[in-house]
Amino acid sequence: MKRTFKIYRYDPDKDAKPYMQTVELELDGHERMLLDALVKLKAVDPSLSFRRSCREGVCGSDAMNINGKNGLACLTNMNSLQGDVVLKPLPGLPVIRDLIVDMTQFFQQYHSIKPYLVNDEPVSPSKERLQSPEEREELNGLYECILCASCSTACPSFWWNPDKFVGPAGLLQAYRFIADSRDQATGERLDNLEDPYRLFRCHTIMNCVDVCPKGLKPAAAISKIKELMVRRAI
Amino acid sequence: MSYTKKDIAVRKFDVVIVGAGGSGMRASLELSRAGLNVACLSKVFPTRSHTVAAQGGVSASLGNMSEDNWHYHFYDTIKGSDWLGDQDAIEFMCREAPNVVIELEHFGMPFDRNPDGTIYQRPFGGHTANYGEKPVQRACAAADRTGHAMLHTLYQQNVKSKTNFFVEWMALDLIRNTRGDVVGVTAIELETGDLYELHAKAVLLATGGAGRIFAASTNAFINTGDGLGMAARAGIPLQDMEFWQFHPTGVAGAGVLLTEGCRGEGAILLNSNGERFMERYAPTLKDLAPRDFVSRSMDQEIKEGRGCGPNKDYILMKLDHLGADTIRKRLPSVEEIGHNFANVDITKEPIPVVPTIHYQMGGIPTNINGQVVVWDGEKNNVVNGLYAVGECSCVSVHGANRLGTNSLLDLLVFGKSAGKHIVQFVSGYGDFQTVPADGADRTLARLNQLDGSKDGIYAQDLANDIRQAMQQHAGVFRTQKTMDEGVEKINAIRERVASIALKDKSKVWNTARMEALEVDNLIEAAQATMTSAAARHECRGAHTVYDYEHPADHPECPLGRNDKEWMKHTLWDSETNSLRYKPVNLKPLTVDSIPPKVRTF
Repeated sequence: MKRTFKIYRYDPDKDAKPYMQTVELELDGHERMLLDALVKLKAVDPSLSFRRSCREGVCGSDAMNINGKNGLACLTNMNSLQGDVVLKPLPGLPVIRDLIVDMTQFFQQYHSIKPYLVNDEPVSPSKERLQSPEEREELNGLYECILCASCSTACPSFWWNPDKFVGPAGLLQAYRFIADSRDQATGERLDNLEDPYRLFRCHTIMNCVDVCPKGLKPAAAISKIKELMVRRAI
Repeated sequence: MSYTKKDIAVRKFDVVIVGAGGSGMRASLELSRAGLNVACLSKVFPTRSHTVAAQGGVSASLGNMSEDNWHYHFYDTIKGSDWLGDQDAIEFMCREAPNVVIELEHFGMPFDRNPDGTIYQRPFGGHTANYGEKPVQRACAAADRTGHAMLHTLYQQNVKSKTNFFVEWMALDLIRNTRGDVVGVTAIELETGDLYELHAKAVLLATGGAGRIFAASTNAFINTGDGLGMAARAGIPLQDMEFWQFHPTGVAGAGVLLTEGCRGEGAILLNSNGERFMERYAPTLKDLAPRDFVSRSMDQEIKEGRGCGPNKDYILMKLDHLGADTIRKRLPSVEEIGHNFANVDITKEPIPVVPTIHYQMGGIPTNINGQVVVWDGEKNNVVNGLYAVGECSCVSVHGANRLGTNSLLDLLVFGKSAGKHIVQFVSGYGDFQTVPADGADRTLARLNQLDGSKDGIYAQDLANDIRQAMQQHAGVFRTQKTMDEGVEKINAIRERVASIALKDKSKVWNTARMEALEVDNLIEAAQATMTSAAARHECRGAHTVYDYEHPADHPECPLGRNDKEWMKHTLWDSETNSLRYKPVNLKPLTVDSIPPKVRTF
């Protein structure tokens, strides 16, 4: 079956400006996922550039804008895409080439929330810190993030202020550590976010929840952080 | 465009680590905490490394669920390895396991928990209590996302200790001086296409396996054996490359992994008669026998006409009896994979699976400090300045067959021990050594061959030829004839590597160039595998050859294993495409050796 792809192309080494390329590809039924089709397209034109690795939705490499919505190529079933398939790089980040974006700002925001457990209490090297199953359950829906950037680059607040607003992915991880019964830095973490931009640029547009390929809910985590902010203020 | 010597920028670091997966990042953590100037290179952002895809768990005899100790783990690992593992390294790993796993918990790893707050452990293939008597729960798990949780935790700790990552850099070749010491690597920055010489006092290879030399693989696209290629081209023989693990439960057709944790939680394998056939093959451990054993049993069922589906070419894994609650709590990703890659709701119906290439037991030979060693016919000699850890290395703890969850453990234990040793090594090193003027010549030749090419073979077409040949000639069941034919095929494919043409000559993020450069590594891993396999005239662990099969009560070769002639490690040299052998170390560090016995479960 023949499918039409419209793909954002840009190679700064030879193109003066980006353009949309229309390509037709004969699919033989073995291309279950969009990534399979992309690999086939690349065999026809090896210059087509995109990131990919695990091809099963855990590494977060192949996030892109697919028919107007951010998602992972490896988890997007070809049958779910009707008509022409329009592929663009993740919006809001500088494009390096074709579907490859510069994710520096995204990772800077992730790093800015101190994404690591803080607990300075002495602990026996032969004993785990205890955590009840209920406490551990608080981390579900948070720790599974694959840092694909689908959410942050679907967020208008992040588009406007990628240097100042942490963005949904970073905030989800901020809450992942706040929610961890073993972490002792809740106060500092909230201080770190108490700012007109870092947290409060979230206007609950909910695009993050809509696009997350792992079914996570950054907006819910953000509202919990806001609630903690309010609670400690009164 | 072409690359010339004067285009090469030089930078100096105490240590260069190639690869930012579990082992590379466990090592980099040790080094950056010690205050060394470390460059950790990775083709992908660190959390995209393939450790992320590990699902089931990391083993340690914590004994949180029932009695367990490292001696049992030691015994299981040796038996699992079919007596090809080195018992000193296995003792070291199993003794260290509880320490490194607890340490990982302290780093913030979100392990699942027991009601008493301790780490939850699940049963896994080949994990037993009391030396094979009964299954034991030893696999420490974070749902079915253990590798993901571990890789992110290690990255987070590296952020804290300010490790210097070079993200989306591909290392190309080792640089050795006239004494044979490794003094740096060449590397290309993918975004700019710029070429660098990174000079270092020590280089650590942590590039993962080469699972992409097979057509049907659970492995990520990036697993192209880059460290193996670098070592092989630098004259370092590769060890035990004939031993490749088939994971019993790859999704039929898609290759995506379904963790052994499924069977750990109680899933069973069924043939077309609805029979739980593993009860016949492994009466004690049943579906939780080691992976080589289960994969062979599945293949046997298919061969004897009891495969499922219209073509009778797969086995069914049944999980619905576990209940939707347990599945959602313990195996949530498996449920997603069922939907995404097989259109199956595993809470209601069984899922089609086939044995699928998963793990490379062989690799770059090292000692327990991660130092790369070369055998001179009598002893191992250290290659000064070169270390290797993780799947690209062969220490050898996995021998002829790895136990599930020992891979993540391997990363932690040897990543840490190599890190510690490098800290010592660098502190006594003194000034940087002079790097030979021709240090980048091989790399320049490789790049310029591609950049000067006009017409020729598309790199992925050639890579696919490698994959088809390996799939056909080095599969679950091998015969001497298919292996011999495979050797010829791979030798012929190797001749064609020089004819690869690069259509896209752009400097910017050139994925086509990256893929073409990867073929140089794939072919080393493939030829090492094929040549080593065809020469090993016995059945051991994952290397099962129809011609050498014998029953379990055979006096000299029980189950085809020939200890008298073949209890030895293979060493493959790239330049001559020839083999040597070295003895297996049967002497543990402190305890009694586990003598070989018939391997039934």
